[in-house]
Amino acid sequence: MCTLEKRGNLFLLTLTGDNEHRFNPDAIATILSLLGQAKSQAKRGSVLITTGHGKFFSNGFDLAWAQASGSLTGAAERLHQMVESFKPVVAALLDLPMPTIAALNGHAAAAGLMLALSHDYIFMRKDRGVLYMSEVDIGLSMPDYFAAMVRSKIGTSAARREVLLSGKKIRGEEAVALGIVDSAAHDSAEGVVEATVGLAEKLAAKKWNGDVYASIRKSLYPELCEILGLKATIFATPKL
Amino acid sequence: MCTLEKRGRLFLLKLTGDGEHRLNPTLLDNLRSAITQIRSDPSSSQSVLITTSDGKFFSNGYDLALAASDPPLRALMAAKLRSLVADLISLPMPTIAAVTGHASAAGFLLAMSHDYILMRRDRGFLYMSELDIELVLPAWFVAMIRMKVASPAARRDVALTAEKITADRGLEMGIVDSRHGSAAETVEAAVKLGEEIVRRGADGHVYGRMRETLLREVLHAIGSNESASNGVRNSGSKL
Repeated sequence: MCTLEKRGNLFLLTLTGDNEHRFNPDAIATILSLLGQAKSQAKRGSVLITTGHGKFFSNGFDLAWAQASGSLTGAAERLHQMVESFKPVVAALLDLPMPTIAALNGHAAAAGLMLALSHDYIFMRKDRGVLYMSEVDIGLSMPDYFAAMVRSKIGTSAARREVLLSGKKIRGEEAVALGIVDSAAHDSAEGVVEATVGLAEKLAAKKWNGDVYASIRKSLYPELCEILGLKATIFATPKL
Repeated sequence: MCTLEKRGRLFLLKLTGDGEHRLNPTLLDNLRSAITQIRSDPSSSQSVLITTSDGKFFSNGYDLALAASDPPLRALMAAKLRSLVADLISLPMPTIAAVTGHASAAGFLLAMSHDYILMRRDRGFLYMSELDIELVLPAWFVAMIRMKVASPAARRDVALTAEKITADRGLEMGIVDSRHGSAAETVEAAVKLGEEIVRRGADGHVYGRMRETLLREVLHAIGSNESASNGVRNSGSKL
């Protein structure tokens, strides 16, 4: 369901298989474990690119698994379990001591969009794939850290409204205009990945100290970090 | 190190000399004295401050070489800059940074502490260099970045890409208010803007209060840093 590959400086995290890459507890645990691996092998110049196979980057939590519990309370519990267990995935990405890039091969919805937003840079396809916060359409409320992520990464009231309140399926060009993604210039999944590899190589060449990078990243999103229980690094002597 | 000139209702504060205008304790003290002088001028609430510099640099940040040779000075410079920025935020008059040279790290912060940034487009850049020199950003720097750089992507470019931001890019990112052909043209434009603001006749005291409210988060972050930091109080320096 998910693999981690190393290509020189680059870590390539791939959501495999031609399916919706739904996040159920197993998938979540696997992603978390692979991020842990990347963190332990991180060095100066490391960069993470996350992508997927097929039509979907990820269509969010595994609601079918939740419903398979057989009861309303069971479904609610399972959903709650997924929401809670996904939090450490977001935290791990914010904490990762290297630049992170999401190369969206296809649709990113709900928790799938959260996964994308947890990265420093997002590239999506020009020709296919949408961003979609489905919660308003399917009658689910928003976890606190989802809302905090939207507030942290999406700047204007209009854009936030479009994302959270309109149930809109946002295509590449509009996503760029709204400031949600950095690029929607490429016409295929391969094109997007290639472009992100180009960016990754530029970032890798800086040979940044990963711990400093992660620290500065976290300091940009204090509200989100607080909700996730992520502490900014505290130094013994105050840095200038 | 810095001079203060009055031209009608305009105060011109200039970081002098051809060096990097590193924010060492002496320069920071001089800048604060100048601000105190400005504040106590009887016409201050009907005036405008323009800050600019000689040479290739607006300011290249803290004097890190000095800090390396005498570590307690790091905290001292940081404390003095926090006080200077708090003074600028509460200053009862509009402030314009005429950026005619490179502004890096604390120097970039100093530029952002002004209400308007006018910048030359032929040379020079704004550069939050910390990532490149392996320093973290204090929370109050980030608070200023969040107030002055609106889009999350631009903030990421400032802090996490450590982009060297030209005037053209700065304008795109909403950090720079206007760009001009040369250093002289930038200062001239600042003077023109200053005169226009003076003509509007707003009350500087009200203006200063409004700015404090607007930049409340920055003042709060500065204040939190004060209570968190140690060593500065012990040094006996008066802040």
